[in-house]
Amino acid sequence: MREPVVAVIGAGQGGFQTAASLREAGFDGRIVLIGDEACLPYERPPLSKSYLAGHSPLAELWLRPQAFYDKERIDYLAGETVAAIDRPGRSLRLASGREIRADHIVLATGARCRFLPVPGADLDGVLPLRTLADADLLRERLSAAREVVVVGAGFIGLEFAAVAGALGVGVHIVEVTREPMGRVVSAEISRFYARMHREWGAELLLGAGVARILGREGRAVAVETDDGRRLPADLVLVCVGVVPNGELAAEAGLAVRNGVVVDAALQTADPAIFAIGDCANFPTRFAPGPVRLESVQNCVDQARAVAAAIAGKPALYDKVPWFWSDQRTLKLQIAGLAIGHDHAVVRGDPDSGAFSVFCFRDGKLVGVESVNRPLDHMIARRLLAGAPPLAPQQAADPDYDLKAHAAGRPAR
Amino acid sequence: MPKITYVHPDGAREVLDVPVGTSVMRAAIMNGVDGIVAECGGEMMCATCHVYVEEGQLDRTPKMSEEEAAMLEFTASERRPNSRLSCQLTVTPELDGLVVHLPETQV
Repeated sequence: MREPVVAVIGAGQGGFQTAASLREAGFDGRIVLIGDEACLPYERPPLSKSYLAGHSPLAELWLRPQAFYDKERIDYLAGETVAAIDRPGRSLRLASGREIRADHIVLATGARCRFLPVPGADLDGVLPLRTLADADLLRERLSAAREVVVVGAGFIGLEFAAVAGALGVGVHIVEVTREPMGRVVSAEISRFYARMHREWGAELLLGAGVARILGREGRAVAVETDDGRRLPADLVLVCVGVVPNGELAAEAGLAVRNGVVVDAALQTADPAIFAIGDCANFPTRFAPGPVRLESVQNCVDQARAVAAAIAGKPALYDKVPWFWSDQRTLKLQIAGLAIGHDHAVVRGDPDSGAFSVFCFRDGKLVGVESVNRPLDHMIARRLLAGAPPLAPQQAADPDYDLKAHAAGRPAR
Repeated sequence: MPKITYVHPDGAREVLDVPVGTSVMRAAIMNGVDGIVAECGGEMMCATCHVYVEEGQLDRTPKMSEEEAAMLEFTASERRPNSRLSCQLTVTPELDGLVVHLPETQV
């Protein structure tokens, strides 16, 4: 009998975890992990946080050392790109020409930074932040910068702004919407972070688009907003969202709509092909419609689910989504998906720097955002996983014991 | 270098020489000690690097933050008085000889 082969396309945290979890789940066949970067698989979150700030060394970014891949018999192909998936032939073709037979394929292709379509976006000093190479270049440039412009006030942009500001660099943030991180957080959290970044000394322009980036001798020197303001910059970070890498799936005839379309078991229309992490669009009870999530939790838990399925223990994917963002002294922790919530309750006092926002949709708790309230966050994960329903007035009552409630005990 | 001992649930022991400044979690990951998952990479988001500190050694370990205490409320294996997150145990010369016991499961 031929040895079964699983090919994992993409060696980010999701791809790595799929390979590791396949062995944990008892899969004994061949595992091929294909990544287009030359280095070992690494952790991405520190790239906009501690690694960027110089607080954590490179050696601490690797998810596992080379010895791990050897010991677990994971064939890690570094610096290789998959050119095409041959579904009828059950194989992959690499850009280098090599063919790999695969009984199962896991798409963990991630996402790439969206390009800012304005004049000057290709100038030297206009940088994205996604990969280790991006972070290394950004760190080098940041050390020599006096003024930085951050285009896009999402998690990555604000985390970078927090690091840059703490280094004493002048920070200007341009956000096209009126709400920083507005795609993923409540208005309460968004307002709080806008206020904090201004208190930390950043210039935060909301509702402002970028008209063009001005250069001198090929290097960016300023950003001009669409209302004609000029912001000086020796460094421009562009973080205006990502595009999921769905091309391989689309070319193989699989559905791609804001990511590779999968079912509740993370399977594409082809039962031999799964998609996980940033590139996967999946249905979930935690949102009104299918979602594509970009987080460590999402890719790690989906990797485990797919690995278990391939190893013979299929199950529907049903984990509570969670996220975090570190910005200076503030740790934002999010449980659930507050998308489309119609009611928000604040627990604690934002002026104290520690509070949580409980978000409800049709009277049901759908998301909890905590700033420096780690216990609220951990309780929220329990609440969302299936504890007794929590009413808005209970969330608002500081004397109501949420931990007891989550455990099904009397809360008062 | 300070020596840190990891004891598996089956009693097997692994001893590592850990550079000062490295966490007990990171040393385990870098040296292939099974039983520490650390999926968040030491950001105190996942509680999958849970360990039990050897009896009598707890007072040598760094003080526990409110954040760590909160995470420990929700570990996959039972929380005990000597439970810690190994990402928060940064190795110092005083921690030489530390023994940590790995729980049955981290997830």
